[in-house]
Amino acid sequence: MNRIDKKFSDLKKRKKKAFIAFLTAGYPDFSKTEQLVLEFEKNGADIIELGIPFSDPIADGPVIQKASFEALKKGATLKKAFDLVTRLRRKTQIPLVFMSYFNPVLSYGLSRFVKDALRSGLDAVIIPDLPPEEEKLFAQEVSRCGLARILFIAPTTTLARAEKIARQAKGFIYFVSLTGTTGQRRQLPPELKGQLQRVKKNSHEIPVCAGFGVSSSDQVRFIAAYCDGVIVGSAIVKKISEKCGHADMVRSVGLFVKHLKGDI
Amino acid sequence: MLGKKTYNTDIMLPDKHGHFGIFGGQYMPETLMEALSDLEVIYRKALRDKNYVKELSFYLSAYAGRPTPLYLAKNLSRILGSGKIYLKREDLMHTGSHKINNTLGQALLTKRMNKKRVVAETGAGQHGVATATVCALLGLECFVYMGTEDIARQALNVYRMKLLGAHVVPVSSGSKTLKDAMSEAIRDWVTNVRTTNYILGSVGGPHPYPMIVRDFQSVIGKEAKRQILALEKRLPDTLVACVGGGSNSMGLFYPFYKDKKVKFIGVEAAGYGLNTNFHSATLVKGRTGVLHGAKSKLLQDVNGQVKIAHSIAAGLDYPGVGPEHAYYQATGRATYAAVTDKEALRAFKLLSQSEGIIPALESAHAIAYLEKLASRLKKNSIVIVCLSGRGDKDAVSLKDMSG
Repeated sequence: MNRIDKKFSDLKKRKKKAFIAFLTAGYPDFSKTEQLVLEFEKNGADIIELGIPFSDPIADGPVIQKASFEALKKGATLKKAFDLVTRLRRKTQIPLVFMSYFNPVLSYGLSRFVKDALRSGLDAVIIPDLPPEEEKLFAQEVSRCGLARILFIAPTTTLARAEKIARQAKGFIYFVSLTGTTGQRRQLPPELKGQLQRVKKNSHEIPVCAGFGVSSSDQVRFIAAYCDGVIVGSAIVKKISEKCGHADMVRSVGLFVKHLKGDI
Repeated sequence: MLGKKTYNTDIMLPDKHGHFGIFGGQYMPETLMEALSDLEVIYRKALRDKNYVKELSFYLSAYAGRPTPLYLAKNLSRILGSGKIYLKREDLMHTGSHKINNTLGQALLTKRMNKKRVVAETGAGQHGVATATVCALLGLECFVYMGTEDIARQALNVYRMKLLGAHVVPVSSGSKTLKDAMSEAIRDWVTNVRTTNYILGSVGGPHPYPMIVRDFQSVIGKEAKRQILALEKRLPDTLVACVGGGSNSMGLFYPFYKDKKVKFIGVEAAGYGLNTNFHSATLVKGRTGVLHGAKSKLLQDVNGQVKIAHSIAAGLDYPGVGPEHAYYQATGRATYAAVTDKEALRAFKLLSQSEGIIPALESAHAIAYLEKLASRLKKNSIVIVCLSGRGDKDAVSLKDMSG
C-alpha cells in the first residue's frame, strides 16, 4: 500500500480528516522548504503538496504566482525539487505530492520524471493543465509504476464526466471548491456543501479532498465535515511570504498550519 | 507517426480530440473542460444552421467590408525584380485587420450561448479592437486583457477599445505582453466561466479554438483562391504571411491545403536576430511544449520555463504558435522563416513608398521576406502575400523612434 492510501486508511480508522498543506518548492529557498515540510508534519499536516514553479501558472492566483516567480528567479527546477524529496525521505514518511504544470514535466522527459519520482520517494502528482483525455501513455506509465495521478473534479464538471474521472483517479480526488484560480476568498460558494456530497456519493471509495480559496480554520472545519480532506495553499504561502526574513519564520508558519488544521 | 512529406491530405484535421498529429489538444484546467466541449457543440450546430451562416456572411460583407481586394502590387514587384506579387488586402477590413473575420463569428456564437460577457487577450490591440467592436455591435460586455508594455506602444488601439465601450485590463505580470495577457484572460474565464465566453484571437489555445479561428479566417484564402483564378487563370506558386499566433497565415493557407504545388511560407519575427535572446521565432527556434492549452512549438529554456519573446511588432510578440502550424512544419507542408525588426522596418517603408500602402508592422514581416524570396522566384511566379493589417497603429511609436 502506498503512503497516501495508508494515510487515508489510518485517518479513517481514527475518524479524522486529512489536512493537506501546499507550499511552493524553492520558496524562499530549498533549505527553508525542507524545514517547513518537517515543521508542518510536526504540527499535524497529513500530506504535503509541493508546488513546482512555472513561468505561466494559469490556474494560480497572485500569491502563488509571486512565490513561483521568486523561486524561479533563485533557480528552482524540477531536478532540485526531486533532490528535496530525496533529502526529506531520509527524515520523514509523510506523503509527498508534486503539483506541476505539464510543460516542465514534458521538458524534463516523461519517463525520466516517473523514474526520478520513484527513486526519490514521491507518492503522487497533480497536473492542473492535464485533463485525463491527454497524454494517455504518460498516465499509463505513471499508474504502472504505482505513482498516484491525482485528478480534479470542478464545480462545472458534469455528473457523467465526474463518474468517469472518479473511476480513473488514484490517491484522492481533488475537488475544486470554486470556479476560479487559487487564492483565499472571504466566503466559499453556498453550493459547495451540496456539490461535495454529490461527488462523495459517486467517488467509488476513493477519498475526496477539497481545495482552492480555503484560508481559515472555520472554512477548513466546514469543508472537512463533507469530505475526506482539505487542501490549503495560498494562505500558507502568504504567511511564508509575510514571515520571510524573520528568524522564527519556520516555527510561526508551522503554528499557523496547526491553527488551520484545528481538530479535523 | 509524423515523417517529412508523409502527410495525408485526405484526413480532416483536427481529429475529434483536437489533435493535429502530436500537436493541439486540450491542456486546460478541469473547470474549463465543459465550456470547451459546449463551445464545440454550439459551433458545429451553428455551422449547420442557415440563419447563422447567413447572419455571419451579412456582417462580414455589409458591416466589415468583405470581400477584400486581391491587388497586384506592380511597383513592388518591379523593385523586387521577379515574380508577380499580389497583396490580399485584409488591411482594408473594418477595424484595420483580418481579426474581425474571427471576432464576428465568435461573438455571434456568444449570443447563441446566451452569454452576455466576453473576455479577450490582445497584443497589438488589433484583436482587442476587433472584439470591442463586435461587442459594441451586438450588445456584449467586453473585457480585454493587455500587457502594460503593449498598452504603452499601442496607445491608439487602447483609446479605440475604450471608445468602443470595452474595459481594457492592464496586465503587469511576467512579460507584460501578449503571453501574460492571455494567461490573465484565461484566469478571468476560469473564474467567470458560467457567464462569460472567451473570444480567442489566434489559432492557438485549447481545442476547439485552433479549428474555429482557422475556419473563420479561411475566408481570406477562399476569396484569394477565387480571385487569383479569375485574374490569372491558375493557382499561385507561393503564399506568404506573417506568423505570431498564426491566424492570418492559417486563414490564407488552409483553403490551399490540398493544392500541394502551392508553397506555404510563414514568416516569424527574428527581433534583434535569431542568435540573440530577443526574438519571437517559435517555429524556427522553439521546441515542442505546452502553453495556454495546446501542445505546439514553444520558446522555452532547458527546464521547460517559457521564455519572454521579443518583436518590434506587438502582434508577433508571443513565445507560442498555433498547433496546426507546428503540424504543417513537422509534415513539411509549410516552411517557416524569420525576419528581424530592422528588416521589417525597411519593408514598412518600402511598401509605404512604393505602393502607397502603410502596412502593420506585423504584416511588414511578410513583405520583408519577399526580398529574400525574390532571388529564388521565376519571372512569372505568382506570389500572394497576406497584408493582414494596416499600419496606422504603429505610426505614432515609429515616429517617436525615428525622432
